[in-house]
Amino acid sequence: MADYVELMGFGPKGWGLLMAQATLMTIAVSATAFALGSALGALVAWARIEGNRPLRIAADAYVTVLRGIPDLLVIYLLYFGGSQALTALAHLVGAKGFVGVNAFAAGAIAVGIISGAYQSEVFRGAFAAIARGELEAARSVGMSRPLLFRRIIVPQALRFAIPGLGNVWQLALKESALISVVGLTEILRQAQVGAGSTRQPFEFFITAAALYLVLSTISGLGFQRAEALGMRGVRRS
Amino acid sequence: MDFDFLKETVLLLLSGVPLLLQLSFFSIAAGALFAVLLALMRLSGNPVLDYAARSYVFVFRGTPLLVQIFLIYYGLGQFPEIRQSFLWPFLREPYWCALLALTLNTAAYSSEIIRGGILSVPFGQIEAARACGMSRGLIFRRIIVPQGLIVALPAYGNEIILMTRSTALASTITLMEVTGIASKIISETFRAVEVFICAGAIYLILNFAISRAIALLERRLSPQFQAPAPVAAVPERA
Repeated sequence: MADYVELMGFGPKGWGLLMAQATLMTIAVSATAFALGSALGALVAWARIEGNRPLRIAADAYVTVLRGIPDLLVIYLLYFGGSQALTALAHLVGAKGFVGVNAFAAGAIAVGIISGAYQSEVFRGAFAAIARGELEAARSVGMSRPLLFRRIIVPQALRFAIPGLGNVWQLALKESALISVVGLTEILRQAQVGAGSTRQPFEFFITAAALYLVLSTISGLGFQRAEALGMRGVRRS
Repeated sequence: MDFDFLKETVLLLLSGVPLLLQLSFFSIAAGALFAVLLALMRLSGNPVLDYAARSYVFVFRGTPLLVQIFLIYYGLGQFPEIRQSFLWPFLREPYWCALLALTLNTAAYSSEIIRGGILSVPFGQIEAARACGMSRGLIFRRIIVPQGLIVALPAYGNEIILMTRSTALASTITLMEVTGIASKIISETFRAVEVFICAGAIYLILNFAISRAIALLERRLSPQFQAPAPVAAVPERA
């Protein structure tokens, strides 16, 4: 146990600081991906509810494909496909060799695209939960569409969406571990590096697991609080 | 579009499908058994069993599958006790490690689905079964399973599709299933987009087949689609 404390501590031989930094990286990349997914999810949900036929088909295809394909494959596509495009672009302007995309950007976009597919489902369900009468009432008092969206739809849909968004956030948090395969130094990558150089993989991967548990527990509590706050004006049986 | 390359890629990728199917089939089958056990522990009313199952589900749902795979594949081999035990011939192999991690992972998610299914059976039904003098085992088999299964099936179908996707992570510990082969081809040819399209199509077809099979099963299990029981032997009135 004392060995473990020294290994993961903040002393000269400890990996504590590096693991802490990696934890911040996991939070940063998951939060970026989640935010990207929210924007994308809202757009796709809108396309599926209000869009014309081609838009609806495109949105449905996006959700079906992203939910059916391994996340790892999407990360590979964004990273290697992005690098391929970037290299071609660099060769056009005369550079030589391989140009890699930033692992953070590729990872965040990949996880964000996947998260967007799930979030569009959450938003669609939340929109369906809004009472039709509210929308009719808003229209009858002559609200413009943007105003109706801002004042009537967003505040209520968001409230219904919180539990679902909480689930999708947990997914994004766990999917962020996959970005380690393209070399972003988040929790799992740092644990791999530590495991390799100390030959104590068990300690490092157990620590990584514990860090993820802490992150998911804390954010789970946060979402619970947000839900309680959002629902405080709603009468429940 | 270079069709020769696409054709060659698809053929290469298809050689990974048997491994993919094996991993997902065995982990789902073993995971389902374990999940039923976990769900029964949660519902047993025994606080120790309940707490144990609850913590298990919390840990396995709260950590990434990739961490669980690495912990089992790289982490366990660190202990001489394990390296000298009868388990080592299995835990040394990436195949068994991936299977173990996938099984433990899906059991945690499925146990919640199964618990929901069991809880959905109205208590009156169980009460009635007890009143008829059915034993606990018989109640479980005849009353709870048939009714709970219909409720749990859609969510369980999702879990099966998710597991089929998750087998891709086995490629990180050297198993050459579809994603493993895809990443190898990408790193050799740098044609990520083409390979992605081929591999993605394979996964989508598999998922489509699974979801159709689940929908069919759901239809068969729903009482309204079953042939009426042969009690209708009442003679028709003229």
